[in-house]
Amino acid sequence: MSVPPHRTPPRFSATFNPNVIAEIQRAAATGIYDIRGGGAKRALPHFDDLLFLGASISRYPLEGYREKCGTDVTLGTRFARKPIKLKIPVTVAGMSFGSLSGPAKEALGRGASAAGTSTTTGDGGMTPEERGHSSILVYQYLPSRYGMNPDDLRKADAIEIVIGQGAKPGGGGMLLGQKISPRVAKMRTLPEGIDQRSACRHPDWTGPDDLEIKIEELREITDWEKPIYVKVGASRPYYDTALAAKSGADVIVLDGMQGGTAATQDVFIEHVGLPTLAAIRPAVQALQDLGLHRKLQLIVSGGIRTGADVAKALALGADAVSIGTAALIALGDNDPQWEAEYKKLGTTAGAYDDWQEGLDPAGITTQDPVLAARLDPVKAGRRLANYLSVLTLEAQTIARACGKSHLHNLEPEDLVALTIEAAAMAGVPLAGTNWIPGRDK
Amino acid sequence: MPSFDLARAPLRELNAALHALSPTTNETHWIVSNPSGKHAVACGLDAPVTVEIDGHVGYYCAGMNKAATVVISGNAGVGVAENMMSGEVRVKGDASQSAGATGCGGLLVIEGNASARCGISMKGIDIVVKGSIGPMSAFMAQAGNLVVLGDAGDALGDSIYEARLFVRGRVASLGADCIEKPMTEEDRAILAAVLKRAGVEARADDFKLYGSARRLYHFHIDNVDAY
Repeated sequence: MSVPPHRTPPRFSATFNPNVIAEIQRAAATGIYDIRGGGAKRALPHFDDLLFLGASISRYPLEGYREKCGTDVTLGTRFARKPIKLKIPVTVAGMSFGSLSGPAKEALGRGASAAGTSTTTGDGGMTPEERGHSSILVYQYLPSRYGMNPDDLRKADAIEIVIGQGAKPGGGGMLLGQKISPRVAKMRTLPEGIDQRSACRHPDWTGPDDLEIKIEELREITDWEKPIYVKVGASRPYYDTALAAKSGADVIVLDGMQGGTAATQDVFIEHVGLPTLAAIRPAVQALQDLGLHRKLQLIVSGGIRTGADVAKALALGADAVSIGTAALIALGDNDPQWEAEYKKLGTTAGAYDDWQEGLDPAGITTQDPVLAARLDPVKAGRRLANYLSVLTLEAQTIARACGKSHLHNLEPEDLVALTIEAAAMAGVPLAGTNWIPGRDK
Repeated sequence: MPSFDLARAPLRELNAALHALSPTTNETHWIVSNPSGKHAVACGLDAPVTVEIDGHVGYYCAGMNKAATVVISGNAGVGVAENMMSGEVRVKGDASQSAGATGCGGLLVIEGNASARCGISMKGIDIVVKGSIGPMSAFMAQAGNLVVLGDAGDALGDSIYEARLFVRGRVASLGADCIEKPMTEEDRAILAAVLKRAGVEARADDFKLYGSARRLYHFHIDNVDAY
């Protein structure tokens, strides 16, 4: 049969594009939603849509490498007797032993400690290795309370009450059976090999009034020493920040939808929550309205990749940022050296996100001892420390160009936006104009 | 015998004094008066001492208790003995919601009734309730034993893992994946031992045992109605 001449070339639908068609076909074949790791992959307004103005006739820059640009931050100055002092305003976000291998957790601790910052436990408790290799360790207090105990609470340098996370605000944790190894099962008091679904609500408190009492209890148990963080997924940042502050938090962690997760439904990751860029200004506004900006600290996370992102988040009013996905990439996640194995898994380096399967060729998101042994925690920790140094140096470069002697001196006035959407979300003018969409003037 | 009047001194002083006790302290029996519904009374204890609280307490009394015995001569608010690790907590009155939530060990005895979510996410604690318990009790209960001499409210043991639920009275309804199970000799022995530790006289044969059907341990399309 001959092909007629002047045939219309294949044309893909923007609505039913190849990814959408593939997902419909997958759903029809399996009857279950897609589960994956990581954060939102769709294009979102982000820090790339902002630019720094830099110094000019009206602003004096600082000399690079000669004039000091401070990077330190103290977290927990509001109520805690022992606030945390970090050399850099970039922390490592909570990721559980269970979702990550033991060597990966050790590497995170090593890298963060070398850089003078903190790392964080996750939904599964604190391991001795993690505590041993983390000079400053934040202990997460999650709805599941897996592995929660007062001894580890007292060993921690800070406590982070997790209300939600950016990848899935309103959702609980998930760890599929492939990763519930005997050790993980024991730490979580679960049968081995089951598909673990964590609760999405805390078991013994509901709402901000209860949260205030819960914070009081944790302070009493730890004799008011530890800074207490409250982590929320970005959804209603103004009210959530105000309520966390009212409840007595020392630090608020605000996680946008680009923030990663070990495993969650793709539909949840892509369709629930706010982009990080849209969440910061409402949160800062809430603190300013309460007279608490810079009195309690705001940590922003979700899609932080570069020193420019760090500087922009701080300029918008954050006191520090937190990294998760970027830290895993620094350790070796999605490294092209494992391309042959990624291909066997039906993916490619740079796109691998089936962290829930426990088959990670890089040995990071796995509990398989053979795969986990591929990650050298010393070398991986060094890579993370290097990356954290680069983030800091880049942020300092920008801050000096804006004439700031400390990263915390960056301010919204230093920024403009490239798109109307980003201008509205970040509350800064559209580049080349004095127009901030949504503002009166 | 040390005594502490919460009408005269702040809670912080009481908890700090109790936290300062060493395992070999000879101040082993404390009396606390006028709790007046205060929250976080005697939480975070870590020594083999007895603390008697004369009156009603608020939220999280004896939270994260280790080794200590805490006796509340009154009612207890939300989350009494939450995340207890060991020791014993006894409530002579009623307990509010989430009694013994996420408890990992030790014994919680409630001589009155317990409200909703009793034993939620319990992880090894033994709980004995002489009266009845409210709805959604033992939700996602992972390990340990919940013994109820009275009735249980709706959705008992929803999404339960491996905890054992012994109920002598009527169960309003069972939650997802929770079923009645035949009681083995081992189960009877465990129940009898828990009752004995709690100082409660009751016949093991009068109880029914509920636990996990283990149908939801893995995601499966056939169980979609349960999710």
